[in-house]
Amino acid sequence: MAVLEVFDLVKTYNEESNYPVHAVNHVDLTIEKGEFTAIVGPSGSGKTTLLNIMGGLDQPTQGKVIIDGKDISFLGENKLIDFRLHHIGFVFQSYNLIPVLTAKENVSFVMVLQKTPKKERDLRAEALLKEVGLEDRMDSRPAQLSGGQQQRVAIARALASKPAFVLADEPTANLDSKSATNLLDIMHKLNREEHMTFIFSTHDSRVIERARRVVTLVDGKIASDVRQDVS
Amino acid sequence: MLARIAWRNIWRNRVRSLILLSSITLGVWAGIFMLSFSWGMSIQYVNMAIKGQISHIQLHHPEFKAEKKIDFAIPQASVVVDRIIEMEGVQAASGRTITSGMISSPVAGAPASILGVNPEQELAVTMMNDNVVEGDYFPAGRKNQILISEKLANKLKVKLNHKIVLTLQDVDGNITAGAFRITGIYKTRNSTTDELNVFVKSSDLSPLLGLNEGELHEIAVLLKEHVELAPVYYQLKSDFPTLLVEDWRTLAPELRLVVDSFKQNMYIFMSIILLALTFGIINTMLMAVLERVHELGVLMAIGMNKLSVFLMIMLETVYLAVIGGICGLILSYFTIQLLGKTGIDLSAFSRGLESYGMNTLVYPALQNNQYLEIFIMIFVAALLSAIYPAYKALKLNPVQAIRKI
Ligand SMILES: Nc1ncnc2c1ncn2[C@@H]1O[C@H](COP(=O)(O)OP(=O)(O)OP(=O)(O)O)[C@@H](O)[C@H]1O
Ligand SMILES: [Mg+2]
Repeated sequence: MAVLEVFDLVKTYNEESNYPVHAVNHVDLTIEKGEFTAIVGPSGSGKTTLLNIMGGLDQPTQGKVIIDGKDISFLGENKLIDFRLHHIGFVFQSYNLIPVLTAKENVSFVMVLQKTPKKERDLRAEALLKEVGLEDRMDSRPAQLSGGQQQRVAIARALASKPAFVLADEPTANLDSKSATNLLDIMHKLNREEHMTFIFSTHDSRVIERARRVVTLVDGKIASDVRQDVS
Repeated sequence: MLARIAWRNIWRNRVRSLILLSSITLGVWAGIFMLSFSWGMSIQYVNMAIKGQISHIQLHHPEFKAEKKIDFAIPQASVVVDRIIEMEGVQAASGRTITSGMISSPVAGAPASILGVNPEQELAVTMMNDNVVEGDYFPAGRKNQILISEKLANKLKVKLNHKIVLTLQDVDGNITAGAFRITGIYKTRNSTTDELNVFVKSSDLSPLLGLNEGELHEIAVLLKEHVELAPVYYQLKSDFPTLLVEDWRTLAPELRLVVDSFKQNMYIFMSIILLALTFGIINTMLMAVLERVHELGVLMAIGMNKLSVFLMIMLETVYLAVIGGICGLILSYFTIQLLGKTGIDLSAFSRGLESYGMNTLVYPALQNNQYLEIFIMIFVAALLSAIYPAYKALKLNPVQAIRKI
């Protein structure tokens, strides 16, 4: 079952100018439920742009984005925010968390937005933080956590809303290799045990090695799309 | 959750928030203090005029004031005065005979407003004895005593114990005159009325005017402290339907203006102060929003809707303004309580004030409902200053915001 489909996606910056930038150039891509996909490519190849459009953060110049069978191209701004809240989990490169909230409150926050009852919220936030190995740091604020721990909280938060898939733009870019490996371990585990779909961009070859599917972008086009066996 | 985030956000930049809070507190305090000062001065002025001159309520024959003819006297007024003195809430009442005439010394003459009083009653209402600077306030015994002001004495070139002559018209229109001995010289803060008013006993004046026993022109009523004016006023109206009963607001519209214009000035003055504070708040909150662009972008990306973002920034601003405002209110409350008891001595600058008939000790004061009104003004200012920063946050584009670190 496809959780995400994009058809003939184009994003052109500076369309009117003499030097338009085709950040995403006629991309077709289907992501099945439970896939663990890395989007790779050189800097400026359009990874962030593609992820932003797939996450409903940015509007494509042309093409369609279908998430959970719903075409999001026609959603208005407020509908789109609500759609993201219920269907997509986000992990950004850094500074993902609300600095004034504790780890647990950060995870609960999306469920507050979803109007989940408090009891359920607390249970789920605690369970998710346990899964990412932060059961003893629940009441720490982001500033008291390491970069790797912060990214693990961000993953727990992304999962809290029970999204169709998690989008992560270079989640390990600011981490040392040990933390990066640890983060990948957690993503793998969640992928295996919870069948959570992950789509993430990366530069890091050690991270690429661990993706089951690797989509390579060059100049906004898909240059290759391979599946590989990983341990 | 929103409230909690907003609250904690305030304390992220403790120094900045404290600076803003202090400036709001001080601004509100300074504003309220100025107001209480001028309100204190106003009510002092009004009270002084009420106690020293016009009293709370006056009763006349309905036509007396327009015609100023001595025929329009209150019949059996002394009985009326006695009844009023017995009334609830009344501190004192004084009956007066009033006419105008000429006062002349061997060397000069001047127009005069002649007030015939019952010395004890008048003393209780206007405390006229306090103003006597030479001689005595109607010493016992002798007939035809007169109390004139220092200013008039100088004008007439007369001294204590000299004799002067009052020339006036009696009820039948005949000119009569009486010789009076100056037994006292007074001086009040109001130099314009001083020059005109001379006081004699009504028992000496009435026969000269040919008035009947017990007839008076004016009854001045002074109320006890903190007694509401309205009930006594309406009681008098219903007890003496044939008389014209007026309270100080009608008797002295200029005093009423002092009170009314204060209210107006209060709004204008507070608005100016709050406007200045509003710009400070907007500036700080705008800074707070702009340095959190990335974070706000993340919030919108993960599904916080625009209304919530807007509300969060509004809440932060309102918290700051309301806390600062409340601190300012509390601070000013205690300042006013303290200085309202001790008073502020303005004697160094008082020359000017005294000629306006004002006291040199000012007791700052403010009414409870004025505190409330000011609080509401602060709250409205807080809401207004919150709108722009919150609107700015609303206009953020999450994609661009997230790309910004
Ligand atoms: N807002 C924008 N306006 C104009 N051009 C843009 C904008 N955002 C991105 N681009 C251009 O689009 C292209 C793709 O950018 P994008 O950020 O998607 O690349 P990327 O693969 O994520 O790069 P990196 O690996 O460095 O993060 C680049 O050439 C970039 O300069
Ligand atoms: Mg990128």
